Amino acid sequence: METFMQQFPVVVGALNEGFVVTFKLFFITLLGALPLGLVICFGSMSRFQPLSIFTRLFVWVIRGTPLMIQLLVIYFFPGLVLGNPIWGGGESGRFAAAAVGFIINYACYFSEIYRGGIQGVPKGQEEAGLVLGMTRSQIFFRITLLQMIKRIVPPMSNEIITLVKDTSLARIISLQEVIWAGQAFMKGSHGISGAIWPLFFTAFYYLAAIGVLTVAFSKLEQKLNYFR
Amino acid sequence: MTILEAEHIKKSFGKTKVLKDISFSLEEGEVLSIIGSSGSGKTTLLRCLNFLERPDGGIIKVKGETVFDAANVGSMSEAEIRRKRLHFGLVFQSFNLFPQYTALENVMLAGQLLAKERPDYKRRKKEINQALEEQAVTLLKQIGLGNRMNNYPHQLSGGQQQRVAIARALALQPDILCFDEPTSALDPELTGEVLKVMKELAEQKTTMVIVTHEMAFARDVASQVIFMDRGTICEQGDPREVFENPKEERTRQFLSRFNG
Repeated sequence: METFMQQFPVVVGALNEGFVVTFKLFFITLLGALPLGLVICFGSMSRFQPLSIFTRLFVWVIRGTPLMIQLLVIYFFPGLVLGNPIWGGGESGRFAAAAVGFIINYACYFSEIYRGGIQGVPKGQEEAGLVLGMTRSQIFFRITLLQMIKRIVPPMSNEIITLVKDTSLARIISLQEVIWAGQAFMKGSHGISGAIWPLFFTAFYYLAAIGVLTVAFSKLEQKLNYFR
Repeated sequence: MTILEAEHIKKSFGKTKVLKDISFSLEEGEVLSIIGSSGSGKTTLLRCLNFLERPDGGIIKVKGETVFDAANVGSMSEAEIRRKRLHFGLVFQSFNLFPQYTALENVMLAGQLLAKERPDYKRRKKEINQALEEQAVTLLKQIGLGNRMNNYPHQLSGGQQQRVAIARALALQPDILCFDEPTSALDPELTGEVLKVMKELAEQKTTMVIVTHEMAFARDVASQVIFMDRGTICEQGDPREVFENPKEERTRQFLSRFNG
């Protein structure tokens, strides 16, 4: 049994590796879910009934079931039920499956926030644009969009902070993110076993990441504060 | 010269008939005031003129040219509607300025976007934008806001915001400028400054259609008054006639509070 001082650098090294996976999952989810959310949002607001009904049912199912179950289904269903293991084994396959699950799940939550943002912009803004001879796309990009962004920053920052911590759910399909790396020291990893403190220590990684995000979002809010 | 003709305008929302066969015409340089109680259809009529609502029946002509005909409305493309609605300007009750733009930018924006459709835009971009800015500055000075051009709407009072909205509508030089209860959201003091601007416009022979509850203004500034009741034109004519000598019982009732 080594002393804490001896364990510390080994543990931090392993946790750093785990956190890189956490961060990658977080970043790719944002990259995919931010635009996909807009597509789902337009789908649910569509005047074409079958599309809007289908989209809303889809959002209900995704928001109505645990993300953990969704990850299990996405990862195991193709291989175990369809006999076609599309993800392959290995860490890269698990990461891809986790990313798909997170993107779909978060896109559904984002879509509802977007919808609130769009519907929160007073109708008079669109009408003012129309009577001034603007096209629909000019009205969206030059008038509505920024007002919508201003409205959705607070709820989006909330959701994005939750995403940072939700990435830990990916360890249900054995993705080796930071909590997985911390937990490994209990069973034995890098020659250390029976240590629980590394698991507790992972909390600081989340805390630091969310600290950065909190500052960034409040900067953004301030930036959009020049109008009301 | 007759600038606006509305013939047999009809509009229903579901089963409610909001406009039942409305016809009127307006000469160039005239001011038409539309008065009547809430729910009588005044605002809907104005929105029909600006293509924000689509009449179920009727024809609208500007300078003799048919800009709307309910009989063949299906054939009108979005781009066509967009071009035709530029005959009209509209000032809203709730101002509807764009909050993320300054007063000056609010006045210039639509003109800049329209200028992009000009074939010579790329070549003369700088020149065109400079002319638009000069025009916007002139308009803002004209309404007495030369010193607030770079303020955002939330930094302006309601009366100032509404005056910017008037300048924004004027910037596109519409044939007919419409007002939808422009002072209903303002306190009496701010109402005065907006009415003053509108009065000046009337003196400059701007053709206007004004839906209003400001009876004194309607009587003194308008060249024609329409009193609407339950989707019909109940009485119409010279303001002094309608206000001092109403022929219809319903008009008399409506004006009784105002005339004392």
